[in-house]
Amino acid sequence: MQIESRGDRIFNIINYTILILVTLIVLYPLLFVLSASFSDPQTVLRGEMLLWPKGFNLNSYVKIFQNQDIISGFTNTLIYTSLGTLINLTMTILAAYPLSRKDFVGRNAIMALLVFTMFFSGGLIPTYLLIKNLGMLNSLWVMIIPNAVSIWNIIIMRTFFQQSIPNELQEAATIDGCSNIKILTRIILPLSMPIIAVTILFYAVGHWNAFFNALLYLSDKEKFPLQLILREILIQGQTNDMVKMSTESAIKQQREVEGIKYAVLVVANLPVLALYPFLQRYFVKGVMIGAIKG
Amino acid sequence: MANTSLQSPAIAATETKRSRYKWNRIWRNWQLYVLISPVIAYYILFQYVPMYGIQIAFKDFIATQGIWGSPWVGLDHFERFFNGYYFWRLMKNTLGIGLYSLAVGFPVPIILALLMNEVRAEKFKRFVQTITYAPHFLSIVVVVGMMMIFLSPRYGILNHFIEMFGGKAINFMTEPGWFKTLYVLSDVWQTMGWSSIIYLAALAGIDNQLHEAARVDGATRLQRIWHINIPGIMPTIIILLILNIGSIMSIGFEKVLLMQNNLNMESSDIIATYVYRMGIQNAEYSFSAAVGLFNSVINFVLLVVVNFISRRVSETSLW
Repeated sequence: MQIESRGDRIFNIINYTILILVTLIVLYPLLFVLSASFSDPQTVLRGEMLLWPKGFNLNSYVKIFQNQDIISGFTNTLIYTSLGTLINLTMTILAAYPLSRKDFVGRNAIMALLVFTMFFSGGLIPTYLLIKNLGMLNSLWVMIIPNAVSIWNIIIMRTFFQQSIPNELQEAATIDGCSNIKILTRIILPLSMPIIAVTILFYAVGHWNAFFNALLYLSDKEKFPLQLILREILIQGQTNDMVKMSTESAIKQQREVEGIKYAVLVVANLPVLALYPFLQRYFVKGVMIGAIKG
Repeated sequence: MANTSLQSPAIAATETKRSRYKWNRIWRNWQLYVLISPVIAYYILFQYVPMYGIQIAFKDFIATQGIWGSPWVGLDHFERFFNGYYFWRLMKNTLGIGLYSLAVGFPVPIILALLMNEVRAEKFKRFVQTITYAPHFLSIVVVVGMMMIFLSPRYGILNHFIEMFGGKAINFMTEPGWFKTLYVLSDVWQTMGWSSIIYLAALAGIDNQLHEAARVDGATRLQRIWHINIPGIMPTIIILLILNIGSIMSIGFEKVLLMQNNLNMESSDIIATYVYRMGIQNAEYSFSAAVGLFNSVINFVLLVVVNFISRRVSETSLW
């Protein structure tokens, strides 16, 4: 390495300081929520708990796991996420493979048909009326079918097929009398596991976090996904049924409600954030592949 | 097609040959069409049928008569919207939040990427990346929920600090004056890391020889950032700027909806939430479809115009 000039050293100090500050700003709220969920709600409300749990206990967690809404929300979200992701993945492969083939007549026209929807769409009301006419209101399918595929992921996967799988391989297979479907299942897919993993992750996180379609189309509480239940607890503050109304005083009740909020936040994010550090490089890879083409 | 007869027989012959070859290719690849057909069906049903449904913006939608059978009313709904009580408030808020987000939210990831790119300690770099990318995976409900908790006037930690230093607690979430700032800053918090990935990728693609040469000539770190890195990622910046300007009026509607309450309506009501309120909650389908169409047409026009200007000025464009 070269000797650093004084200016460069000062630059380094400032640079590291800024980055450490930014990291702390991002990290602190997350740590706070985690610690608060394990703390005695009273210390949190008084502002005594700043970073590490105070009055460590698991009461809030016990309470939310006794709550029927949260459990049913959790189950629903699991169903919507797994079923939805499965359909998403299938549809994405079905679109990406033909579109990756140079000898696929009409691929530019089809691509244009799909890409146009990125820039212009029917909008909220016509879509709502369509769903209503299809009789999909308040059904399980409304959480899955209207978002069956995303053009962004089709582009990412198509780019991968084109760039990472040698064309000669496909040509050789054709000469050997392999049909297109066989090429897809025997050659393309086994070579595409990294991009399939990325696609699954993108879709699954999307389903896990989605709430708006549920708000729009679902009316039965038993069908609500976790995010909608969260919205009630965190934003509308409808926590009343959760805490027994009878014996406790209003102030104590308020405390418990606040304690529950933190635990609910942790539980809702746990699956995603626990997996995240291991999956990070796949996500980043997905963004990179998308960026080349985007 | 019509002028084929005017061409010489030889050309006509190659034309038929070419088209036979084309049909041959289509026939040979019939399986590909089967594969992609469900996707096309999906796009037609869930994307293009709603576009067909846009016509109710120019009609008086009556459910029993369907989209096609409802009577035309021309531009009545648009007129009602433009002359309506809420029009200017909606425009002001929609544009205000959009521009504010662009002004603050757009440069931050670029700066973050430039700074991260200068870090030589790999471990530290990876740590910063892991942490700053994480909020991208939180749902909007969770982010807004966290804001509510931290900013609560009685129990929120921020107000604890304000009171500790002798200030008076602020009810951030119901104060109209705070709404846009909260919206933009929480967005920066959530997305700056993730948005910086694309710039980091662009920075990684810059030829190292440029830096070597500059170093030999005695350029400082800042000079190299300014004269090598920033010009190097300019095409990426421009593409993303086009996309961002094109979506200036399509702000994160779900988040606004979640942050909205009766008290901050004055600065939180945007076109999209108005469409939701009028259309879904009041079932005024035609009117709200018109309002929604107005918004998406502006978006589309903005995108096309910005793309055109950019192609002229910098030869970088989306298409």
